[in-house]
Amino acid sequence: MHGIIGFGGYLPYRRLDLSTVADVAGGGGRKGARSVASFDEDATTMAVEAARVARRRAPDVPIESVWFATVAPPYLDKTNATVLQAALRLPGECGAYDLVGSVRGALGALRAAASQSGPALAVAADLRTGLAGGPDESFFGDGAAALVVGGDTHGDVVAELGPWVSVTGEFVDRWRVPGESRSRVWEERYGEVRYGELGADALDRLWKAAGIGPGDVDHLIVTGTHGRACRAVAQRSGVAADRLVDDVAPAVGNTGAAHPILALVDLLERAEAGRTIVLLTLADGAEAVVLRTTGALVSGRAAGASVASQVDAGRPVSYGRYLAWRGILPIEPPRRPEPARTSSSAAGRSVPWKFGFEGSRSPDGSMHLPPLPDEGELEPMADARGTVATFTIDRLSYTPSPPMVFAVVDFDGGGRLPVELTDVDADQVAVGDRVEMTFRRLSTADGIHNYFWKARPCRGGDD
Amino acid sequence: MGSHGITDKVAIVGMACTKFGEHWGLGTDDLVLQAAEGAFDSAGVGRADVDAYWLGTAQSGMSGLVLARPLRIKDKPVTRVENFCASGSEALRQAAYAVSSGAYDVAMALGVEKLKDSGFQGANAFPVPSDGTNRTVTAAAMYSMIVPAYAKRYGVDVDQVKQALARIASKNHANGAHNPRAQFRKEMSVEQLLAMPRIAGELSVFDCAGVADGAAAAIVVRAEDAHRYTEHPLYVKALSFVVGDGSGVSDPDYDYTTFPEVVLSAQEAYRQAGITDPRAQLAMAEVHDCFTPTELVLMEDLGFSERGSAWKEELAGTFELDGELPVNPDGGLKSFGHPVGASGLRMMFEAWLQLRGEAPDERRISTYGKRNLALTHNLGGYPGEMVSFVSILGTEGPAAA
Repeated sequence: MHGIIGFGGYLPYRRLDLSTVADVAGGGGRKGARSVASFDEDATTMAVEAARVARRRAPDVPIESVWFATVAPPYLDKTNATVLQAALRLPGECGAYDLVGSVRGALGALRAAASQSGPALAVAADLRTGLAGGPDESFFGDGAAALVVGGDTHGDVVAELGPWVSVTGEFVDRWRVPGESRSRVWEERYGEVRYGELGADALDRLWKAAGIGPGDVDHLIVTGTHGRACRAVAQRSGVAADRLVDDVAPAVGNTGAAHPILALVDLLERAEAGRTIVLLTLADGAEAVVLRTTGALVSGRAAGASVASQVDAGRPVSYGRYLAWRGILPIEPPRRPEPARTSSSAAGRSVPWKFGFEGSRSPDGSMHLPPLPDEGELEPMADARGTVATFTIDRLSYTPSPPMVFAVVDFDGGGRLPVELTDVDADQVAVGDRVEMTFRRLSTADGIHNYFWKARPCRGGDD
Repeated sequence: MGSHGITDKVAIVGMACTKFGEHWGLGTDDLVLQAAEGAFDSAGVGRADVDAYWLGTAQSGMSGLVLARPLRIKDKPVTRVENFCASGSEALRQAAYAVSSGAYDVAMALGVEKLKDSGFQGANAFPVPSDGTNRTVTAAAMYSMIVPAYAKRYGVDVDQVKQALARIASKNHANGAHNPRAQFRKEMSVEQLLAMPRIAGELSVFDCAGVADGAAAAIVVRAEDAHRYTEHPLYVKALSFVVGDGSGVSDPDYDYTTFPEVVLSAQEAYRQAGITDPRAQLAMAEVHDCFTPTELVLMEDLGFSERGSAWKEELAGTFELDGELPVNPDGGLKSFGHPVGASGLRMMFEAWLQLRGEAPDERRISTYGKRNLALTHNLGGYPGEMVSFVSILGTEGPAAA
């Protein structure tokens, strides 16, 4: 049996109340909210967080390749998936590849992962921005999702992967020139008609390939970049209306490249065993795949925060701060020296610490963060939780989103690290707070992103 | 093996200190010249009489050329030393060992810092290329963590600790107000200080050392030669330096209410100088009040005050000019200003003035004429990863002299 062994989604903590947009932008917005990546997050950091959830649900699976899709790559020329490989502490012989630039690439990542003989990780993450007051701002959101795919010799398959149908259609509906922040769209009706044809064609082919009909489907997910087309294709699919999956888009926005996998993860977190799922994605064509859940599903989702719980955990960010975080509203920077660029060679020597967050355990049992250069065994600490021993609010230090909240964190099982807190409001922190580690982008200088870890309050979950 | 000290082997025979502050019109060269020439004059020597130089600066220049170039010294050894904010004390320490060894007869230690050319407020460390995982938090924020930790450990209300911190700042401002070389010469009341907006934890800008330009210098000779230069030398009774291994920042047992490096360096200095009761034996102390909570903790780490009681002693005025043990009679880093590399020598300059009776009446220490030992304490780094220097200086020379 070949299929999904691990699955995880990630939604950033902040939500933009879209009813606040029009007062500032003169129009736009809608009822509801969208997810907003923090100033210290990008597609790669969110991908790491989603993959960490998937890995917690499929521990010890020897992943042989990583396939990372995003429309908002932090780097070009340099591979972004290598950051995932390092932060997830995957071995050096693990392949790591980007599929960059289109929503469709996420399905390519999943298909590539599913085509490997060994276990593979497919991750998709996206930051969706658009111009102030525009529809992209209101109907899209930020997020990431990850699937570990492999055979039942590698782990417990929670959803078997069935036939995959791909239909490619070259036409211009949504496009963006490299370097621009805004995507453009053709007249809505043209895309609706084309996607209608492509989606129906893909489903027809899928029914034949899988030997099933619409009546056999328990859950149909239709996602894509064209909301009206997705709804229309779902309604005409022949699958009963009560089996069409409500995904998280109304609550957090459509997360672009991440969305097909995020919707699937969300469904796997609440579906029952023995169910037939069809995932149809409309993006420059149509990709359709059948999955069948197994008895391992319920135990396979025990660890990690569910997408639904992350939807509920969100807290507001003001429209002004959102615009500043995205660089749309340039704000006065702190009058402090900007961070120096990270030394490539120093970072290269420091991969187990900087990316893997490994400390060293001395023979006397003490944990050292960062690891001592000459003593002890490296030990992963990224999943260790900790307690705030003391903290301070630093209104002087350089940060793109002042003030900096800085805490001394004592980890369960030993070790202490003075570290920046994130996803926190300064007036909420208290000594004794429980925190967990999260992979973030501390700064960028000379185009080099400085990735490292911060602590954030534990938001429910396993503690 | 052992640390033996050089008690009574070396004397300071000349000292000078520039005004500290925002010297928009003076560069590093000008400050070096002012301090050096002042020290030459004080000791009654010319630059040709000095055999070797040690220059302490944290980041105003590299190598001995920073001193040799403005002084146009072509033929002498000049060594630049750096040890964070204790760089000036480190320069004095090296110069003292040099004359004590007999390698040189006359040596100068000079500390200088030109901070105000950076274009940014506050002091900013020179960035060493790194993997990007270093702390990005400011020194003020690191030291601010003392406040809640101290309150918690001793069961004191945070507001009472803040009162004590404001008393420290108020005391140092009052002392600085009487010091023409000080950066800030305005008295500040406790009420004014408590009303300031917070910038890091419970600290306001007025809990922080003044960011200043300045320089200070000393000329040292072997003790037996001291009276050739001055009737009133200051003898080096103790020099100690302890550098921690930085493990405090990652040690879950470290609680931000003490600086172990300071405790050790003080114990070593007291041992060298034969001091058993510093509070009763010292005439004064200049301590490294980079932030007000630092001075609070130092009163306990240096043994001036029982653990957990320094806050009460501050409120009681123990360390004020007319108190039992005057601390920072020149205004301290707080109001004299903190040109990093110069501060350690500036502290000794105040000992030089006070013990020799040259401090003006309005800031003369209550102990003058009764005790003749001064302590200077100069640290660098942060709680948990610190370098600490302590000196004891005195007017009484070796018994044979």
